[in-house]
Amino acid sequence: MELKPQHGLLKSLVAKKILMALTGLFLCLFLVAHLSGNLQLLIPGYNGRLQFNSYAVFMTQFPLIKIISYVLYLSIIIHVLDALVLTIRNRRARTVDYAVKSGYGSTFASRNMGILGTLILIFLVLHLANFWYKYKFGEMPYMVSPEGYFVSQKGEAIAGAVLRDGHLWVNGVDKGPAMKDLYEVVRLAFSQLWIVAIYVLSMIPLGYHLAHGFQSGFQTLGLRFGRAFSLIRTAGLLFAIIIPLGFAIIPLIFYFFPEKLN
Amino acid sequence: MKVYLKVWRQRHARDAGRFVDYTVDGINPDMSFLEMLDVLNNRLISQGEDPIAFDHDCREGICGTCGLYINGRPHGPVARATTCQVHMRHFKDGETIVIEPWRADAFPVIKDLVVDRSAFDRIIQAGGFVSVNTGQAPDGNAIPIPKEDASKAFDAATCIGCGACVAACKNASAMLFVAAKVAHLARLPQGRIEARERVLNMLTQMEEEGFGGCTNTGACEAECPKAISLENIALLNREFIKAKCAL
Amino acid sequence: MKLFSISDKKLDGKCPTGPIEKRWTQHKASIRLVSPANKRRLDVIVVGTGLAGASAAAALAELGYNVKVFCYQDSPRRAHSIAAQGGINAAKNYMNDGDSVFRLFYDTVKGGDYRARESNVYRLAEVSANIIDQCVAQGVPFAREYGGYLDNRSFGGVQVSRTFYAKGQTGQQLLLGAYQALMRQVGRGQAKLYSSHEMLDLVVIDGKARGIIARNLITGELERHGAHAVVLCTGGYGNVFFLSTNAKNCNVTAAWRAHRRGAFFGNPCFTQIHPTCIPVSGDYQSKLTLMSESLRNDGRIWVPKRKDDPRKPTEIPEDERDYYLERRYPAFGNLVPRDVASRAAKERCDAGYGVGPSKMAVYLDFSDAIKRMGRAAVEAKYGNLFEIYQLITDENPYETPMRIYPAVHYTMGGLWVDYNLMSTIPGLYVCGEANFSDHGANRLGASALMQGLADGYFVLPYTIGDYLADDIRAPKIDTRHEAFEEAEKSVLERIEKLLSVRGKTPVDVLHRKLGLTMWDYCGMSRNAEGLEKALKIIDELENEFWKDVAVPGTDKEWNKELEKAGRVADFFELARLMCIDALHREESCGGHFREEYQTEDGEALRRDDLFSYVAAWEYTGHRQSPVLHKEDLIFEYCKPTTRSYK
Repeated sequence: MELKPQHGLLKSLVAKKILMALTGLFLCLFLVAHLSGNLQLLIPGYNGRLQFNSYAVFMTQFPLIKIISYVLYLSIIIHVLDALVLTIRNRRARTVDYAVKSGYGSTFASRNMGILGTLILIFLVLHLANFWYKYKFGEMPYMVSPEGYFVSQKGEAIAGAVLRDGHLWVNGVDKGPAMKDLYEVVRLAFSQLWIVAIYVLSMIPLGYHLAHGFQSGFQTLGLRFGRAFSLIRTAGLLFAIIIPLGFAIIPLIFYFFPEKLN
Repeated sequence: MKVYLKVWRQRHARDAGRFVDYTVDGINPDMSFLEMLDVLNNRLISQGEDPIAFDHDCREGICGTCGLYINGRPHGPVARATTCQVHMRHFKDGETIVIEPWRADAFPVIKDLVVDRSAFDRIIQAGGFVSVNTGQAPDGNAIPIPKEDASKAFDAATCIGCGACVAACKNASAMLFVAAKVAHLARLPQGRIEARERVLNMLTQMEEEGFGGCTNTGACEAECPKAISLENIALLNREFIKAKCAL
Repeated sequence: MKLFSISDKKLDGKCPTGPIEKRWTQHKASIRLVSPANKRRLDVIVVGTGLAGASAAAALAELGYNVKVFCYQDSPRRAHSIAAQGGINAAKNYMNDGDSVFRLFYDTVKGGDYRARESNVYRLAEVSANIIDQCVAQGVPFAREYGGYLDNRSFGGVQVSRTFYAKGQTGQQLLLGAYQALMRQVGRGQAKLYSSHEMLDLVVIDGKARGIIARNLITGELERHGAHAVVLCTGGYGNVFFLSTNAKNCNVTAAWRAHRRGAFFGNPCFTQIHPTCIPVSGDYQSKLTLMSESLRNDGRIWVPKRKDDPRKPTEIPEDERDYYLERRYPAFGNLVPRDVASRAAKERCDAGYGVGPSKMAVYLDFSDAIKRMGRAAVEAKYGNLFEIYQLITDENPYETPMRIYPAVHYTMGGLWVDYNLMSTIPGLYVCGEANFSDHGANRLGASALMQGLADGYFVLPYTIGDYLADDIRAPKIDTRHEAFEEAEKSVLERIEKLLSVRGKTPVDVLHRKLGLTMWDYCGMSRNAEGLEKALKIIDELENEFWKDVAVPGTDKEWNKELEKAGRVADFFELARLMCIDALHREESCGGHFREEYQTEDGEALRRDDLFSYVAAWEYTGHRQSPVLHKEDLIFEYCKPTTRSYK
């Protein structure tokens, strides 16, 4: 048969869905990295604080990570916009709705990915404003060693250094940029109940979103071969539980067991 | 048994439509759902009222003509069954049953519970076939086909084109229908030759008909009277990717 | 008034002569062809999109004719061929069990109780192998063995395995193959599809079929469609019995309207009663469901030896069961042909050995098969059939035997056609179950699919050219011709008449009464007294119909009751002809069992000296005596013997 004239690649519903899957699965990968980084917050004492803040420096300055982070921002934007376009298209396919709906055969999550995603997006904006924006553009405290010295971005406490324009100076010599104390910002934020509550509660929509999204991504990419897919499904469910739980545990410990972190 | 019905009545395509209540008693639990409607319709006819329009033909679950949305589910409460295979024993005495037509902009209502599903025919016309003229075929055993492939192709080919997948899908997507045909033919050597054109042509037509896209909720698979698997949609996606990469 | 009169002119089937294995080849070589350039100028109407219609329409469009194809369903894919379960026969001899074209031919003629045309049946057997090839190429997913080659199973009435199948959905898969081939042509613009259209009359101009009047079932509009030839593939008329395994909307209207316009109706009384259907459960029942004959391969049929045995079937010990088919027909056992199996079930139930609440059922038992093959193997073979059974009856056939009883399934009778499949109206062709068929007085299992596709793919596309070769200079058919005017007017008048009765009785109620009358007096067994009684009842019911039928609504909308009323009105007229045919055929053959003509042990008694002919009936007017035209059947290769399956 002849190939009929096709729509542009990005107009196709399946292509759009594949884009959702690719960006979504990439975001899943990011979540793993993000969580493993954040778990460093739970290392007690000065070492923990130093390690976390060094990690923050690494994440903002290593060139490859920078490139990946731009891909990440792009993925989020594409994932959101693509979802919006798809949702509008899908809504148009049924303009007169049923009087009674049972939802039989589909999960709550799968039917409400848009709402769940919106909740996650709202959280994401708050979260970025709270930490990322502050870290990059806002007023930040600087890391201080137990001896009371400022700490360089290499993690060395520099005796007698003074702070000017974000750099450490000893006797007029620039010893390089100082290390920002993101840990302290986190600690301060997570000492307030309402912030803790937002962070913990927001993990619920994330969990549901992942519960459907993880396996759905594989399905959309056609990566479904017999029994292997039930493994993917199980992995997806575990992922949807472990990742949000991991994230939620951090503010809870900061709030309820601050002494454990000293 | 006695049941209370809320039935969607719509005189023609442009009529706004509304629910009308009916009470049907003296029901034998072994009656099929459609026979219950026959009883009601014959009563309405005898009283000089307009009977409820619903479509049906084989009444044994294979032609795909019947299709009512009963209490929020296409083909009603029985899994792996068409409306004509649902019996009244699956309802409670005194139950209220809401009956609606398939809802999808690509399936416009013709009258009451009857919808126009010709979009499915046009999707098949776009590529749901093997281009072989009568008389061209080699011997039936010339190309052996692994039993596994043949039986998977068969499973996909059992689609009866009833549209329950579209009715069940929150996006009114026809992906399971398209996937069933794409998968049926893609799994057979005879269908491989035109696999690329088929998947692209059929998907394009599906979109032009105004069906939505797939969001993998799985409602279609659960409501499909022939239990066509979502695996076929995954295969369709693979075929799509393959086809696009071949450009 | 005389019931009927007899024409003294013999009807000629125009069969070729010479050695039977060369007839079709020589015929094909000698008939005329139409060049590709001329095919483009010729229009052909195909009515019906079952196996015969869809395959004919696709094949004709592939050849280059302009095809207009009509079906009453909302999609051609829904035609009732889709419901055929068991399989399709073909003389491939893939099983190496001694099958051949000749054996398939012989089995079919014998199975039809020597009431079919030898030349036609031989051709059918000959092209059967091509059908399988064609379907495989279309992607029909037939069952296969582990080596990847096609699997076969055995079916009733034969001793070889020649039945190709796709689980219990062979009809569906074959129909989808033909439907897809047709959709390809529609997509190319070579065929134009008119679904939700019902043919209500045939238009005959200067003695030739030149078009149809169709009603758009969605808008109610009447439409005129002209063509150089018309092909009817409109299936059988089993729904005259109201309860049958046919789809609810199957009807005789297209064929009957053609009959009224001059096409002879062949052997209308030859009805097939299928032995394995789910029994009737109540008076609300709208339809009967078949359980594939393939079940008889592994299931054993029995009734208790004791009358009114109150025990559950599973509690009745082996030696108190009567496996009556195995007892009466040791050579074929449970695999005797359908007519034999049906009558045997009726005999047991009439004698008081029936089971189930209605006592009108026998057991079909799989416990031996489950023991022998294991439950998994039984499930793989028959799983979907068992599921259907359980859905309907709420009983699990893996645990307790199925209850079955015969039901109307297929009609061997139909419009009479010659060897070219042309009716007595030039230019009107009839294929598939709608024609009087190659199955004689009884069709073997898995042969209906074979015949439908043979006619559509491999016979009609050749033979229609012979007729159309004369028409290459004929211009497009002008639908303003007075014949169209007259036909449309008569259709409209009839619709208005139906709507003007405004009575109280729903169509279904009257149809059910007609069906019951036919079942009682013109069903599995018939006698002169009953048939005469039936003729009276039919007249009374028809009078009642035209006096009191309730058809609500108008004709300018989707109106199912109006559709049904028109069909039932035609069923009354057909029913009369069926009874007359059954009355005149004073012999028992195949599905036609006249109680007056049976052997001492209750087997059918054929009377070849008197009735070795096709009875083709000519219409002379409503309630007028029809004229019987005889086409003598000559058997050169299968000498008629008493059909024995003992």
